[in-house]
Amino acid sequence: MSMGRRAPLVLLALGTGACSYQNYQSTFGNAAIEARQFNTLFVIFLVVCAVMYLAVVLFLFASILRRRRAGEANVVEDGRHHLSSPLMRSALIGWSAVVVVGLIGLAIASFFADRSMAKAASGQKLSITITANQWWWDVQYNSADVSKMVRTANELHLPVGVPVRIFLRSNDVIHSFWVPSLAGKQDLIPGRDNDITIVPSKVGIYRGQCAEFCGAQHAHMALVVNVDSFPDFIKWWQHQLQPAQAPTTPEAVAGYNYVTSRQCGACHSIAGTPASGTVGPDLTHLASRRSIAAGTLPMGQGNLYGWVADPQSLKPGVHMPTIGLEPAQLHAVVAYLETLK
Amino acid sequence: MTDVRAATGWTTSDSELERVREEDERLARERTKIARDGPGLKDAELAARLDRTWRRPPGIIGWLATVDHKEIGRRYIITALMFLALGGVLALIMRLQLAEPGNNLVGAQRYNELFTMHGSTMMFLFAVPVMEGVAVYIIPLMVGARSTTFPRLNAFSYYMYLFGGLMLWGAFVLNIAPDVGWFAYTPLSGPEFSPGKRSDVWAQMITFTEVSALAAAVVLVCTILKARAPGMTLARMPIFAWAMLVQAVMIIFAMPAIALASGMLISDRLVGTQFFNQYEHGDALLWQHLFWFFGHPEVYIIFLPATGFVSVITETFCRRPIFAHTIVVLALMSTGILAFGLWVHHMFATGLPRVGYSFYTAASMTVAIPTGLQIFCWLATMWEGRPRFEVPMLYVVGFIITFVIGGLSGVIIASVPLDLQVHDTFFIVAHFHYVLIGGAVFPLLGILTYWYPKITGRMMSDALGKIGFWMVFLGFQLAFFPMHFSGLLGMPRRVYTYPAGLGLELPNMLSTIGAFVVAAAVGIFVVNGVVSLYRGRLAPANPWGAPSLEWATPSPPPAYNFPHVPVVESRTPLWDTGPEMPVLTGLRVDEKEMLLTTVVAAVPDLREPIPEPSLWPFISSVAVGVFFISSIFSPWAVPFGAIPCTIALIAWFWPKEMKRTPEPVIS
Repeated sequence: MSMGRRAPLVLLALGTGACSYQNYQSTFGNAAIEARQFNTLFVIFLVVCAVMYLAVVLFLFASILRRRRAGEANVVEDGRHHLSSPLMRSALIGWSAVVVVGLIGLAIASFFADRSMAKAASGQKLSITITANQWWWDVQYNSADVSKMVRTANELHLPVGVPVRIFLRSNDVIHSFWVPSLAGKQDLIPGRDNDITIVPSKVGIYRGQCAEFCGAQHAHMALVVNVDSFPDFIKWWQHQLQPAQAPTTPEAVAGYNYVTSRQCGACHSIAGTPASGTVGPDLTHLASRRSIAAGTLPMGQGNLYGWVADPQSLKPGVHMPTIGLEPAQLHAVVAYLETLK
Repeated sequence: MTDVRAATGWTTSDSELERVREEDERLARERTKIARDGPGLKDAELAARLDRTWRRPPGIIGWLATVDHKEIGRRYIITALMFLALGGVLALIMRLQLAEPGNNLVGAQRYNELFTMHGSTMMFLFAVPVMEGVAVYIIPLMVGARSTTFPRLNAFSYYMYLFGGLMLWGAFVLNIAPDVGWFAYTPLSGPEFSPGKRSDVWAQMITFTEVSALAAAVVLVCTILKARAPGMTLARMPIFAWAMLVQAVMIIFAMPAIALASGMLISDRLVGTQFFNQYEHGDALLWQHLFWFFGHPEVYIIFLPATGFVSVITETFCRRPIFAHTIVVLALMSTGILAFGLWVHHMFATGLPRVGYSFYTAASMTVAIPTGLQIFCWLATMWEGRPRFEVPMLYVVGFIITFVIGGLSGVIIASVPLDLQVHDTFFIVAHFHYVLIGGAVFPLLGILTYWYPKITGRMMSDALGKIGFWMVFLGFQLAFFPMHFSGLLGMPRRVYTYPAGLGLELPNMLSTIGAFVVAAAVGIFVVNGVVSLYRGRLAPANPWGAPSLEWATPSPPPAYNFPHVPVVESRTPLWDTGPEMPVLTGLRVDEKEMLLTTVVAAVPDLREPIPEPSLWPFISSVAVGVFFISSIFSPWAVPFGAIPCTIALIAWFWPKEMKRTPEPVIS
């Protein structure tokens, strides 16, 4: 028995070690007010539950050890099996009282945390609409002034300390928006409007991932969230407002011509060019992002080559087809994509 | 004669009345010739004659036609254990795939099929059927009856279950296995995003198991309420019978919701209804409400029988009745009721109104109260008693240590702010495996060890049983405890791979190792079960010194269960009566007959003729199976498939000529 108990304790130690491991994609990330509140409430629940668990296990071991003291038991061999001791009858009442009080306390703590999250999230400053697709995220920064609206994909930049309201929509099946270091999840359901408000509190880079099974490539539907200082955020926004720069090298020009005149532009859009498809991620500032294909691969020349050449083998089932580019075309397309900073 | 006329006001002639009187006397003479158990017919001669009446016909026809609840229960248990093994193999493949980040053992598509098949197999083809199988076998024995009520319906239920399972696994072999998860959320499972037949296979498998579970539930409710031994009032009914009664009533209320949902999904896919299509005024979330209105009670449909097992084992091995019997029964009932008010806690992330969520948080926490009380009562029984740690009792200790962790993580996820973080992560995977393996499979392994001698006539090996217990207990903790951490470290459910560098490598590797330890332990259990069948020590009628009626008859029980109907005078009859059980005699031995009693007080009420073995339940289930399976492919299967079903059912229920001598109800 003692070994059975020790195993979880060892794991607990391992786990707490792992908690400080990374804040990249962890519910212990504490990078927003919502995540902090989760952690506080989680500790409260953990303590209460640990006390309850301890009570059960102590009672269990006391009962097991007690059997060695023969003679006092109310058992059939002694003809006393219909009896029960007054001690246990009052213990039953006490036990019920403790359970009920404990649960009421936890329920109240949970309600208060819920309410205070709602309060912290009021007074939004920034509004973003995220539309989920199989298997990528379409991100749009809303603004009353249309010329200030920014569209990007699979990447989010948030200013630290500013409440952000994110409207959540889906174009196909149900997905779930989850950046554990910042806040809990919220589903994106076709035909319904959901939203979540986050107040980021720590500058850094965090990873989020779809949390509702959404088909073949559910595992590869991630997004990168950059929590920036306010000036950095404004700088990023200004940069995103720029259309794509015209290519200069001959190879990039060839790539530009391919991308805007052949298949690519039917699905992808690049601001300032004829490519204006909407069923695939916006590529205007692709090369400035940290990953390719919704967190499938880190951004880099090699991965760009691999992805453009054969997306189906890197992310089987993805809606982007493998079109079989000639080597020269591939070099050109990648060269052009790399200019999309 | 004039008195009769005065009393009834009839204008019957004297000769008519005389004829009636003569007929009455003739029948009374006939009745005295009927063979009945009693002082004139007992022991070996009675056993021989009862055996002739109750034994099923030989050969393959007799095998398919049997209505003996013990045979059907045994088949149920063996079939369910085979599906457990198949589902377990899938789990091992998944664990190998997840053992390290970026692994490429199985691809995305295959992995999605694996977890869908694993979840569907374990929930629908293992957990619920195995509980029903154990109950179908043991409940009639435990309440002192010769058979279940509606034995042919019972046979039908098994065949439906078997065909549903074979269809799902046949589809897996043919590479048309479902790949949308065991709760198949729309619109992912709808016609647009799941073309092909994969989702239809899933939905029709559900239809099979609904029909089967409903049939078994009706059989169990009626058996428990009407077939109890005289004197076994509701107040004296064993806790396991209570648990099965509550569970069966829950099935009757929960299954219609999923029947509706799967029917709507099929018709969306087959004939273009738009129930779940938001663009045609349907609603994607409707599916979740209907599914979880069934799906949450489903968890308790699996768990409540297991609490019944725990009560049975605790009582026997602590050598005293369960502490606060009434509280335990009330806890079972309130769990059964509360289970229907919790389903929205599976939907906290869907953006329903906040105030509504608070209600479901409170309701989800409330359900911890009856469970907490049951735990107290088991522990108090150990405290008051003198526990003997035989293998089944070890499983009870393992159950308490493990299940309570799952129960408390359940309290954590009842809270909306906490659930929003851990929902749909490996934390949830850890939670429900603690609840379902710790809470249901551990007690099941314990009770199979406990009832093995009753079913087979031989004892399981003690040494192998203990090794198996420790391996399954420790292996389980190793496999599932780290999943709490992988979930908190950001690993969602149902991902076929995960990136390196998130801190997920260690917990996943530990889980994989643990899974193989559990698999080895289950292997030891199976080997123990098979070897003991031939080598095990012969079991007496009551090897554990248990108190309930199933131990009052030889191991294994004869086809007719009890030579005489036992009479019950307390909750623990075998502990309170001497070597001679009081019995009630007078049932026919030349035809299959059982005694029905009143619902509350268990006073003898009716003699019920038990139907002979029949092939029609089997033929009907084949007809219904063909109907269900072909309706995956064409809507025309509905009208045309209904024809053979109707014919089979008409033949099944065709009125038989009454050859029996009419008899009054005994008083």
